[in-house]
Order: sequence, then structure tokens, then C-alpha cells
Amino acid sequence: MIRFLVTRSARAVLTLLVVSMATFLMFFLLPRDPVTGMCPKNCNAERLDRVRHELGLDEPILEQYLAYLKGIFVGRDLGSAQGGHCSAPCLGYSYVNNEPVSTTIARVLPVTLSIVIPAAVLWLVLGIGLGMLSARRPGSLLDRASITISLAGASLPLYLVGGLLLLVFTYRMGIVPVPHYTPPWQNPLGWAGGLVLAWMALAFLFSAIYARLARAQMLETLSEDFIRTARAKGLAPRVVHGRHALRAAITPLVTIAGLDIGAALGGTVITEVTFGLRGLGRTAVDAVHDGDLPTIMGTVLVAALFIVVANVVVDALYHVIDPRVR
Amino acid sequence: MTGGRSDDRAIPTTGRLPAPIGRTAGRSPGSLAWARLRADRTAVVNGWILIALIIVAAAAPLVEALYGIGPQDQFQGQLDRYGMPIGPLGGISTQHWLGLEPGLGRDIFIRLVYGLRTSLVIATIATLVTITVGAAVGLLTGLVGRWTDGVVGAIIDVALAMPFLIVALTVVPTLTQRFYGPRDAVPPSFQAFSLILVFAVLGWAGTARLVRGQVLALRDREFVDAARAGGAGTTHIICRELLPNLTAPILVSASLALPAYIAAEAGLSFLGIGILEPTPDFGRMIQRSLGYLQTDPVYVLIPGSVLFLVVLAFNLFGDAVREALDPRAGGSGAR
Repeated sequence: MIRFLVTRSARAVLTLLVVSMATFLMFFLLPRDPVTGMCPKNCNAERLDRVRHELGLDEPILEQYLAYLKGIFVGRDLGSAQGGHCSAPCLGYSYVNNEPVSTTIARVLPVTLSIVIPAAVLWLVLGIGLGMLSARRPGSLLDRASITISLAGASLPLYLVGGLLLLVFTYRMGIVPVPHYTPPWQNPLGWAGGLVLAWMALAFLFSAIYARLARAQMLETLSEDFIRTARAKGLAPRVVHGRHALRAAITPLVTIAGLDIGAALGGTVITEVTFGLRGLGRTAVDAVHDGDLPTIMGTVLVAALFIVVANVVVDALYHVIDPRVR
Repeated sequence: MTGGRSDDRAIPTTGRLPAPIGRTAGRSPGSLAWARLRADRTAVVNGWILIALIIVAAAAPLVEALYGIGPQDQFQGQLDRYGMPIGPLGGISTQHWLGLEPGLGRDIFIRLVYGLRTSLVIATIATLVTITVGAAVGLLTGLVGRWTDGVVGAIIDVALAMPFLIVALTVVPTLTQRFYGPRDAVPPSFQAFSLILVFAVLGWAGTARLVRGQVLALRDREFVDAARAGGAGTTHIICRELLPNLTAPILVSASLALPAYIAAEAGLSFLGIGILEPTPDFGRMIQRSLGYLQTDPVYVLIPGSVLFLVVLAFNLFGDAVREALDPRAGGSGAR
């Protein structure tokens, strides 16, 4: 187990290194001088050169990359215009936001976490619950209703669902405030009220997918021999479904859930844009529009980190849950 | 009672099959799957819907000629002084079947027809490219093994670790800036090309991983050994022994990829990346319409529902195809 974790984590770190290299290289394909986007108003050639020098853009690409890596692990000294020393994990300095990228990310990350985590709890409970219920009596009214809902949910674009939720609950009925983020430790109710529409939209779309998956998994498991044995032993259907079948059916769902949550933590771009919430995804979109390279790189790296970590966690969980993969 | 209703349809009884396929002798897995597909009402209905959509998209200029209105025609005269379409339901009339866009006064119906064309062209090409590249890479690494397996496996890891939307958001403008100045008009074909490129670069890895797994399972089977013992070359083994066994997983990947690309293309255009004005596009139309959420909700509902119905038809048909190819796996099981 420990050996597995070590090799798996080493591979994850390697993946992240390559992702960072790929992102770094991507920006050297840019024909536009990255400095123009970072220089404040009243730029002249001399100032541009100074900025370029401060950013280290006049140095060879390999050295720039190594300096960037060093910044992430031990911190580095940036020029005085960039706020001097930048402690680890240093992701560079953004001239657009006038602050280190790590500060920006630390500020917007709680927003994304606040959107994703409650939404994930909702969609897992709703989706798996609905899938299990419909697998109990395939072809029943409940089953057919849940299939119709989940097919619709899986084909709807999030921005449309979001827009309609906003129209109905905020603009027409006025029972939900315009979406915003309040830190939960300041005002838990305000926090929930400001994000509830985003949770609903995400949970609706994802639980649709999970209901389909859970139903298919459950039906497959229920046709296996050990379930017949359990039934033959005279166990109550509730025990057979709830204990024997659920445990076997849920394993593949854990994998998919882990990967989905990992990807969502890297920025629920469309959710954040639709509801006007400034999380990681929205920050990335704005950075792209502003040509703010350090922020783009920072957000891509953080998002990739979530995906890679989710992969490792899922593999480890699989090891624990399913004795067959050992 | 176990197995649910996917068992009901596992092997359709001869009586339910159309006559020519009802023969019992010598049916290949392909013709069996085809028979199951044709016996499935959802599949047939959605298949026809898809054919109709493809014809409308392909014949968009013809539709324009018959309808008498082009996608760029503006009908400012039919907007009130606030730029809102005159008449109920966002200006729906016999002349403008789905009403007018507020502001510019363009006809929604003909823009949706052309938007469908944009969407289908991009999604189809992207699917073909990703599936071909993914299948080829999966086949080669699975078959050759050794060091290629490790290297390509690591590349697949990286491709799958890339946050799709953020990378797409970064790459598309970067590519555009590389070839066009800030004031140049970027031709729609280039916008489409850069989207397809991004989809291909980030999308092949999933298929490659799937196909590789299948190849690893297949390559040591007796029939491959037998072919090899009979002196068959690698080409023969790939084309005659492996590929026929890989059609099912490859088709399944494609059936999942196509609606996903339609949604992704619309999503990127929604975010302002990808297909730009004045080319008609679902995602951008919805993005524009959300600004009129309170004043002209019909304008929001129409492009939204059309996009929903297109993706739904592809998903339903894809489900049916998956179920026909592998009845045990079962799709969503929707009827």
C-alpha cells in the first residue's frame, strides 16, 4: 500500500511538472509581447524594458522556468515593483491585479470550494439515491420519471438552467438574492443564500448523470451470483439492496465522483460566469481576457493540481474499497 | 426479475425483428447489433431526428432561399424604440417563425439553422479527429508495448490532467493572435479550426486509454496467436483481427464524444471564445439572450431549447447504440 502510494504520488508530481512546462511553453508561442498586458498606463519603451527586465523576460526560457519552479517550492525575490520577496508557493506577480498571484488565488479559492463542496454532497446524495430507488423496481413509474429527468438533465447546458433559475427565483419570485459570496464564518445564512442557485444548478445536472450511473451499476450488481445467494439465505430485500448490492455498486461511482469533484474544484468556469461569482474559473476567464499571463498560469496549475490529486485519492480509495485491485 | 429490463431486450425474439434480419443462421455481431437498434423505438425515432437535423444543417442555404430571410438581415423596423421586438412572444409571426433578436433585429429561426450547421460541423470533425487519433495511439501502444506504453501513458496522464475549459480559453486566443493582428477579421473557418484543434489535443487521451485497455486484453487471445502462428503480419493482425473487435468501444467513444463536443463548443462560445460574431452560434446566442432574461424571456428559451433538443437527440441515440452494441452494459435504459 505504501509502495503504491509512493509510486503513484511520484507519477502525479511528474505529471504536474509536465503540465507546468506545457503551460509555460504555451506562452512563448504568444506573438504578443506579454509585457504590454502587464504594464500600467503611460507605457513607453524604456518602462517596458524595465518591466521586462524585472519579470526576467529577457533571460533564456529555461532559466525563467527554473526560477518559476524555485518560486513555487522555496519562494523567490521579485523586483520592487512586484512587491519584493514572494514567499513559497510563489506563482509570480500580476500587474493587472496588482498583487502576487498566490494572493489572488487564496482569495478566490474559497468561493470555488463553497460552490463545489455543498453541490457535490447534494448531487451525490440525490443522484445515487434516485438511481438506487429506480433500480429497485425497473420499469416502475418512479424509474421512468427518474430516467426522463436524468436524461433531460444530462443534455441541458448549465448556463441555461442557471439562467432559468435566476429568472424564476431571483427576478420573478424574489425569494433568492442575487448570487454573491459571503464568507461562511461571517454569515452562514448569507453564504448559503448567495450560493443556493449555483448549488441547485450544479446538483441538478450532475445528479442526473449519477442517477443514470447508479441505476446501471445497481442493476448489474443485482444480477450477480452473490446477490442471489443473499436472497436465497432469506435476507430482507432492504438488507440485500442496502448492504450487499450498494457496497459493490458504489465502487465505480467513487472513481467517477472523485474525478468530477477534482475537475470542478479546478474552476467551475461556466457556473461562476453564469451566476457572476468570482471563483477560480471566473478569475481564469478574466485573466485570459486581460492577457494576464502569471494569473493564467497560476490558475491552470492549481486546477491541474486538483485533478491530479483527485486521481491519486481515487486510486488509493479503490485500493481500500475493492480488494481485487491489490 | 434481476437484471432489469436491459435483459428484456438483450436478444430480441425473432418475431419482433424485421423480416430480412430475422434469419437465425450466421448473424455477425454487427448485424445483431443493427437488428437490436432497429427494434428499438427510441433509436429509430432519434435516428430520423438526427438525419433531419443533418439535412437541415447541410442545406442551410436552401432553407434560407425558401424562407426568404438571411442570417445577417436586420429588421430594425419591427423593433420598438427600446430595441425590443414588437408583438407577443418576442415577435413571433408568420414572417419570423421564432421571432427576432432584440437590439439587432435578426431573425432567430434562420440564425438557429446556421448555428446548427456551425455546431454540427465542428463537433463532427472534432469527433472524427479525436477518435481516429485516440484509436491509433491506443492500438499502437497496446500492441507494441514496451517503452512506448510508458511514455504514451505518461502523455495521456498529462492530457487528462489539463483543466479543459481553462486550457481551451487560453489556447484559442493564443492561436488566433499568432496568426492574426488585433484588428484583423478572423475568418470563421480559422475560429472553427482552432476549436477543433483544442478538442483534438485534449480529447484523444480518453479514447486512447480505452482502446489500449481493449488491445491489451485482446492481443494474447487465441485467435490472435493463431493468426500470428499462421504467419500474419502486423497490418493483418491490426486490420483483420483487432479492429473488428474494437469497433464497439470505438463507436461507444464516438457516441459519447459527439454530444459532448456540441455542448463544449456552445460552452466556449458562451464564454466568448471560439465562434465570434457575426457567424451564428448556439452558445453565443444564449449568452447574448441571458442579458434579456427579464425583458424578453422567449428569446432565452428558444435557442436554449433547440440546443437542449439537439444534444438530447444525440444522447438518446448514443444510448441506444451503446445498448445495441452491448446489451449487458445497458444505456440509461430509457424507452
